[in-house]
Amino acid sequence: MSTQPFRLASGGLIDRGQQLDFSFDGASYRGYAGDTLASALLANGVRLVGRSFKYHRPRGILSAGPEEPNALVELRSGARREPNTRATVVELFGGLTAASQNRWPSLAFDLLSINGLVSPALVAGFYYKTFMWPASFWEKLYEPLIRRAAGLGRAAGTEDPDHYEKAFAFCDLLVIGGGPAGLSAALAAGRSGARVILCDEDFRLGGRLLAEKREIGGKPASEWLAATLAELASLPEVRIMPRTTVFGLYDHGIYGAVERVADHLPQPPAHLPRQRGWRIQAKRAILAAGALERPIVFAGNDRPGVMLAGAVRSYVNRHGVLPGRETVLFTAGDDGWRTARDIAAAGGKVAAIVDSRPADPARKALADKLGARLFAGGAVMGARGGRQLNGVTIRDASGAVSELSCDLLAVSNGWNPTLHLTSHQNGKPAWDDGLQCFVPGTVPAGLAVAGSAAGRLTLAQALEDGARLGSEAAVETGFATKLAEPVPATDPETNGLSPVWRVSGGRGKAFVDYQNDVTDKDVELAAREGFRPVEHLKRYTTLGMATDQGKTSNLSGLAIMAEQTGRTIPQTGTTTFRPPYTPVAIGALAGHHRGKDFRPIRLAPTHDWSKEQGAVFVEAGQWLRAQYYPRPGEADWLTTVNREVKAVRAGVGLCDVSTLGKIDIQGADAAEFLERVYINGWKALPIGKARYGLMLREDGFVMDDGTTSRLGETHFLMTTTTANAGKVMQHLEFCHQVLWPELDIRMVSVSEQWAQVAIAGPKARETLRGVVDAEYDLSNEAFPYLAARPVTVGGGIPARLFRISFSGELAYELAVPADYGDAMMRALMQAGAPLGITPYGTEALGVMRIEKGHVAGNELNGQTTARDLGLGRMVSSKKDFIGRLMAGRQALVEQDRPAFVGFKPVEPGQRLRAGAHFIGIGKPAAMEHDEGYMTSVAYSPHLDHWMGLGLIRGGAARIGERVRAYDPVRNGDIVVEICSPVFVDPEGARLHG
Amino acid sequence: MRITCPHCGARDAQEFSYLGAADLQRPEGMAASEAAMADYVYQRDNPAGVHRELWYHGAGCHAWLVVTRDTRSHAITAVEVAKARKAGAAA
Repeated sequence: MSTQPFRLASGGLIDRGQQLDFSFDGASYRGYAGDTLASALLANGVRLVGRSFKYHRPRGILSAGPEEPNALVELRSGARREPNTRATVVELFGGLTAASQNRWPSLAFDLLSINGLVSPALVAGFYYKTFMWPASFWEKLYEPLIRRAAGLGRAAGTEDPDHYEKAFAFCDLLVIGGGPAGLSAALAAGRSGARVILCDEDFRLGGRLLAEKREIGGKPASEWLAATLAELASLPEVRIMPRTTVFGLYDHGIYGAVERVADHLPQPPAHLPRQRGWRIQAKRAILAAGALERPIVFAGNDRPGVMLAGAVRSYVNRHGVLPGRETVLFTAGDDGWRTARDIAAAGGKVAAIVDSRPADPARKALADKLGARLFAGGAVMGARGGRQLNGVTIRDASGAVSELSCDLLAVSNGWNPTLHLTSHQNGKPAWDDGLQCFVPGTVPAGLAVAGSAAGRLTLAQALEDGARLGSEAAVETGFATKLAEPVPATDPETNGLSPVWRVSGGRGKAFVDYQNDVTDKDVELAAREGFRPVEHLKRYTTLGMATDQGKTSNLSGLAIMAEQTGRTIPQTGTTTFRPPYTPVAIGALAGHHRGKDFRPIRLAPTHDWSKEQGAVFVEAGQWLRAQYYPRPGEADWLTTVNREVKAVRAGVGLCDVSTLGKIDIQGADAAEFLERVYINGWKALPIGKARYGLMLREDGFVMDDGTTSRLGETHFLMTTTTANAGKVMQHLEFCHQVLWPELDIRMVSVSEQWAQVAIAGPKARETLRGVVDAEYDLSNEAFPYLAARPVTVGGGIPARLFRISFSGELAYELAVPADYGDAMMRALMQAGAPLGITPYGTEALGVMRIEKGHVAGNELNGQTTARDLGLGRMVSSKKDFIGRLMAGRQALVEQDRPAFVGFKPVEPGQRLRAGAHFIGIGKPAAMEHDEGYMTSVAYSPHLDHWMGLGLIRGGAARIGERVRAYDPVRNGDIVVEICSPVFVDPEGARLHG
Repeated sequence: MRITCPHCGARDAQEFSYLGAADLQRPEGMAASEAAMADYVYQRDNPAGVHRELWYHGAGCHAWLVVTRDTRSHAITAVEVAKARKAGAAA
């Protein structure tokens, strides 16, 4: 175990009493609670943490925050392995394991770094130019090669063992960012009683205050911070959410956020999710996300040991880590000097300060005080070193070049406001010439921007903005703020800046985008080749495209393009930021909706009973329906289904049909309404009778079918197919509310209120007799085919009995209130036991409906008309109804449209396949000979051969003809004979028995 | 998006399903022409700007609503109950 050679003896917001052991690339290290993985690695002297995307250059840690382009690691191992994790935001925990990425065989010795030597071949546009020809090489050769050489981490490849949640929150004010601006905003609004949610991506609140040595109200800022956090914690309507990144702004004040509930633990505690995806509805929001520091483009600016000056300050002050023994500062403004000051205060050595600005006596005095050589008006032309920085080349104001050794180069080039969320709703950032950065331009309604995120970079401005905007938000959402507290004073600060976009003249590559290995030369090339608009620049060079979305690179790229094309930065363009601000795991967006929980499952009221019977279930819409009921010794599903079908046709069977949609329609105009939505007539339907109905879409194609019963003069009960229940309900509501609100009707779905069972077979009546109360006469005369009436069962339980049949047998459907469904099933089984009653599932149901030539979902496929299905005679010509005119269009009534018929194999042993296309015998299998297709097939135990239903040109007129049933997907090509779609009992004698 | 249902209050757009233009008139009755019906079924404007459109509150009160929305900004300026539009025409 190492001794953390770069850890300062004291200081930092870490708990030195709590040591945490972790490993990186197999080596063991030790850090402290309060560390990030990056700070702990730096404390242990680990500089080299990854290899770059394209050239496999050694890379170190650049930043101390979410913008990190280089220090991407694979975190954890096994199924929990997470690639492309930014070491700068990973909270250290005991037992953490991490590994570097994109290196082979090892991080220190990477064979693919040879890519750096052949780099002229890998410049911008390289893929487009090199791998264009021949096209067939792309998939087999180029792509696999590139994928191995380039790229980032590896996904775990196994199922994620953790779970994720979706959560919803509502507030008056959402504060995004827990730095000085955000905290003072939350405080101002929170004191008024407004419901405030404050989210911060860090695990510790305070933002830049954690990284700086500042004063508020004449005292160390840490005291103000502690007092503010304590007061916020005491306000009942204020919710503080650390480890929560607000990643997107959506319409109407909806914010997406991800809360890392257990990412800082080895694994989530029982019953806690790994992460939570939040959807926050906020009346007002304040963006106080701060700013991101900008690097400078010069040769070797990616050497491990080149860091952002603000990040160095953060490691020194927050983590008690001084990342180098000998520091050079390269700064374009006042802010970098604070790093030199804090390094010196921590006992570190600042060898030199290179300030791009002209000489200034005050700065000279400060440099002398820090013991640093000052190169005023100078620049760092290059950084050298392999796996670690060992020196820099400096050009002074006179142009003289000198070499200086150092192991840390802190770079400061001003800050870019973190304004990403302001542009998620198409807002365009605006260039501020004074600040030399983009600031929020158009800001979406309901959002205000405070502090550095607004380009107001001083601590005083942050506190002032937060307090003002926080109390404004409270007032706007109906809370009276108390007298505004005076904003406490801060120690003075200056922010002079004269940015340096790039330093030319150095030797070697100068990187603009570290993560995608885009150099200044690539931007120049894009300019030369005409890819000058910013969107072209991005796509041609991949600048700003990687997981960091160009947080440290976009502006440098724009600036170099501006320089190349003789334009200003705002003339060159801006970057459009889209959600998410930082990468979000798909799991956090999916929540629990995965695997079998992807969508809700609905269970029929008889489900438990079916399960007891050993049913195999199938998904139908959202429902689980019993597919068949295998018995011991049955070889396969077909054996079972054949038994079930035979049992029904010879005796009696029962099947749950509760899943069909049921819509109760009542009112004086109920019959009129049905006239308008169905193709057939309803006004003449007597009370106590059911009728088959077919409804079309307005474009003339069939929408759905089902039986509808008249229970009273003004009372109908409609049934729909299982799959279309919701769609039909919506359609009927549309017809009533939008088309014909003048109709006096009301409707409600009662699908879940009734359990319904089909009892089918010659012994169905006898079975029912044992369940339906004695006073109801069930004889054929008293309760004929299509009767539909209320009855009672089991001694007074209200029920409805329908004599309808899908199987072609004597059949009934019995409905009872859903809670009686299970009892009904058991009572029917008991009553039918002496008769050999057999439960059957959807498979047997399907076989029997195909034997009878009834259409179902396969035929009602959205491309068929009533006429196509042989139901043209149902169409009423005496009334208007939905779809009437469009169904009459010429193309839909042409004689040779494929129409509904049956098919049987010429060789009785041959199996039919649904989906097979019909082709004339002797004709080649080509589109122009396509005559139609098979929609449904089943094996008929009654006929002892396969049978099919389908649509073929000419339809019933061709009965007796033979055609090829061609099924190239399953190598099927057999001859079938066109026949009547009714295979069993064409006279319907069984139905009326 | 959020839609303020006149019955249920402000709700997430996930509770609603979208249909399209709200002000089409279905050519009613046996005298309606095929051409007029074809227009009604197929012809739609695609405005960049204010659009009156039908939304169905399927996960709420089942009301069909006429929502006035700017297609460029998604700003919603009015929500009415569709059924109320023809209330005066009741037979």
